[in-house]
Amino acid sequence: MTSFILNGENISVDAEPDTPILWVLRDHLNKTGTKFGCGAGLCGACTVLLDGQATRSCLLPLATAAGKRIDTIEGLGGDHVVQQAWVENNVPQCGYCQSGQIMSTVALLATNPSPSEDEIKTALAGNICRCGTYPRILKAVKQAASSSFYDASQSPDGSAS
Amino acid sequence: MAFSRRKFLLGTGVIGGGLVLGLSLRDNSVPYPAAIEGSFNPNAWLQITEDGQFVFQLHKTEMGQGVIGSLPAILCEELDLDPQRLTIQHAGIHPDFADPSTGGQMTGGSTSVKASYDILRDVGAAARAMLIAAAANRWQQNADDCTTDNGVVIDANGTQRLSYTELANDAKSYLDTPYVLKAAKDFRYIGKAETRPDALQKSTGTAQFGVDIDLPNLKTAVVVRCPHFGGTIASWDASSIDSLPGIIAVKEIHSGIAIVADTYWQARKAAGQLVISWDKGPMADMDSAKIKQQQRDLIANEKPRVMMEEGDTSAVWDSAATIIEADYSVPFTHHSPMEPQNATAIATERDGEMTMEMWIPSQSPDLSRAVAAHFTSLTAPQITVHTTLMGGGFGRRGYPDFAGEAAAIAEQLPSVAVKLLWSREDDMQHDYYRASSEHRLKAALDEDGQLIAWDHTLVASSIIKTMAVFMAANLLPDWVPASVAESMGKSAGGLIANYDPIPCEGAKIPYQAPNITVGHLEYDSGVPTGFWRSVGFSYNIFVVESFIDELAHKASADPLAFRQRYLDKDSQWRSVLDLAAEKANWGQSQPGIFQGIAVSEPFSSFCAMVVDVSIDPDGKNYTIEKVVAAVDCGIVIDPDVIEAQMEGGIIYALSAAVKAPVSFKDGATVESNFHDLPVIRMNEIPKRIEVYTIKSDNSPTGIGEIGVPALAPALANALFAATGQRLRDLPLRLT
Ligand code: FES
Ligand code: FES
Repeated sequence: MTSFILNGENISVDAEPDTPILWVLRDHLNKTGTKFGCGAGLCGACTVLLDGQATRSCLLPLATAAGKRIDTIEGLGGDHVVQQAWVENNVPQCGYCQSGQIMSTVALLATNPSPSEDEIKTALAGNICRCGTYPRILKAVKQAASSSFYDASQSPDGSAS
Repeated sequence: MAFSRRKFLLGTGVIGGGLVLGLSLRDNSVPYPAAIEGSFNPNAWLQITEDGQFVFQLHKTEMGQGVIGSLPAILCEELDLDPQRLTIQHAGIHPDFADPSTGGQMTGGSTSVKASYDILRDVGAAARAMLIAAAANRWQQNADDCTTDNGVVIDANGTQRLSYTELANDAKSYLDTPYVLKAAKDFRYIGKAETRPDALQKSTGTAQFGVDIDLPNLKTAVVVRCPHFGGTIASWDASSIDSLPGIIAVKEIHSGIAIVADTYWQARKAAGQLVISWDKGPMADMDSAKIKQQQRDLIANEKPRVMMEEGDTSAVWDSAATIIEADYSVPFTHHSPMEPQNATAIATERDGEMTMEMWIPSQSPDLSRAVAAHFTSLTAPQITVHTTLMGGGFGRRGYPDFAGEAAAIAEQLPSVAVKLLWSREDDMQHDYYRASSEHRLKAALDEDGQLIAWDHTLVASSIIKTMAVFMAANLLPDWVPASVAESMGKSAGGLIANYDPIPCEGAKIPYQAPNITVGHLEYDSGVPTGFWRSVGFSYNIFVVESFIDELAHKASADPLAFRQRYLDKDSQWRSVLDLAAEKANWGQSQPGIFQGIAVSEPFSSFCAMVVDVSIDPDGKNYTIEKVVAAVDCGIVIDPDVIEAQMEGGIIYALSAAVKAPVSFKDGATVESNFHDLPVIRMNEIPKRIEVYTIKSDNSPTGIGEIGVPALAPALANALFAATGQRLRDLPLRLT
């Protein structure tokens, strides 16, 4: 049994220690919001937050995550300001990459609540979207960043409400 | 315009207690999929229940292109119901959902809106007329005096109101009600930007794709396939993996060795340890260089099949003032939708009869079912297919090879639910690639720089040939044995291929020159090839629009003016070309910014693009400052979908235009994942993309592929304007 904190809850999983968190989430815990795209750290579809840092869960062994905090798309609650910006800008096409895009954005804005366009592009360069929703992602990130939620006065980890 | 609904609604039948109208002209005995007992089910698409549900069967598959919003909006316009009130389900297989032109239920070719517009308006209007008739009868009023407003019928005095759901049961008695279609000026949903019905689910991780299907005690399968096209298994030994944790079964199927485990990770790890050797098969010594050489030899030595002929080009060459010749080439490229291929199946045996239920993210549910039947002992009627959301398609999911694999595995493990999941490597190495093509161009100008002759010979493989095997399995009756269907498909492919016009899409130039010849040489490298977003247009428009640019420069003419010269002033070609040029300030760019232009007519829509580039100080790298696209796709259903599809098409096209192509060695694909088949990322997109749409009253055409073809030539032409380097091969590389 390996334990970690998933979206604020203590979780114990019985899986081989080398199992990537992606498959722990999807196959053991039935949390399918985190997606499999390449299995090699190249596409970002599987992005989760490991102690607040955007991390490719396809390369993150369960053993490494032991005792740590993992946050996934399910943990955002559905009405997170980033998610709202996504819906308002009709960002998703096929939608498959978007959990990863959103988690990378949440990680970015937590440390840099008012990123420049170039900073957004660099932070999200690890997340491939084959549908080419990038222009809208850019718009949505800017919109989320400009919301009061990411006001400088808010807590820097983005967890303020 | 009043049509009798009899034109469409030909038969009736009672199914499951509810009254069901057969819309089909072919087979109205087939029950509508997912019919809710007791609901008002006036056609295959719509059900209205008395407890207030409006259920819409989405007969085209949603893979990002937005049919999930566009198609319901069309029906709702005539039904007079806010589309947001619909519950939308991916439809099962039904004859009414088949495209009359192909006989199948395929989503592709940018045809979904084009082919569904009239029928969805008709069925929406017919259903509304039935509901009004039911209300008028209750009120004892004349139906013509009643109106509707968003799901409610209102009486002649504007005082009494009955909702559609209250009328659902009565409406079943008014089957013969004639209906009138709305005038376009009265549209309230068509033409309006809507929030996508799936936007929230896709922003919260709750949208269910094929990979997300969950069933009790679900197992995961991976397949180890021969990397060499046409190769087979020489020997294999599962003894080293049989007892690894979680392994349920190791089975041989038609495409390789299937490893079934409790989880994907267990199956994937075991796959890496499977002892297996291959017989490389007939293509073992095939590689990219050989394919290119064979294509070039064909062009040099063979007489092409003439696809377009005007005047007599051969009579011009000797007397023309200027002759321009050039060779172009376009490489193999991959689809790589973000969701790797997958399918889920469970076979159930009862009283000696096997049935199967499948969940498939496929662009063609009926073809998938046929392929599943083909690779099992089941017949199509024994297989139920559920279509799931798809993490991209781009043409790849029109080939349901993965459905055949999942079915074959499930058949060997009755009562076990199995999800087959490909790795990214599987997806990139076993794609149905966009085929490579070689092109030889020759043109003549007279003393005044007028275009007097155009000759284009292209070498490209037939798409239909690959597809024919699948199609035969779909169209032949169930009693035809799989092996016979396969061989019939293969020979049918051979026959059809002689007449397969798809490789020449976009090669028939619109430019009015007195002498034109376009010839096609069919070539089959043995590499699986198929539909790739915009198909033949994806390479021919690059070639045609680059070469016409060469001619313009040779004639010392402005590339826009040169094109305009040979296009009818009132044509849609001209309107998109002129609009793009105007919006891009053609010819007036800032110092250091260089422009290229291209125009195209993919799948009956029209698209012109202007690309602005600036060259980095190193002379090799460049920045795409702006892409301006003008599009005419007839009546716009949802302007936001048009914009999204154009943006996406441009970015998809950019990957293929500038990134590394797929290559082959030893009859196998060399590359395997996004590190060696890179695609455009966030930090590489054009600085600006602007989309302008022609206002039109014409019937709508497609949008899903329309943004792809013009991008590569417009970019290549801009790079020429900037550097003087004419880039005739994709991917575009400055030197
Ligand atoms: S699946 Fe993890 S980066 Fe692609
Ligand atoms: S929305 Fe389809 S891959 Fe990003």
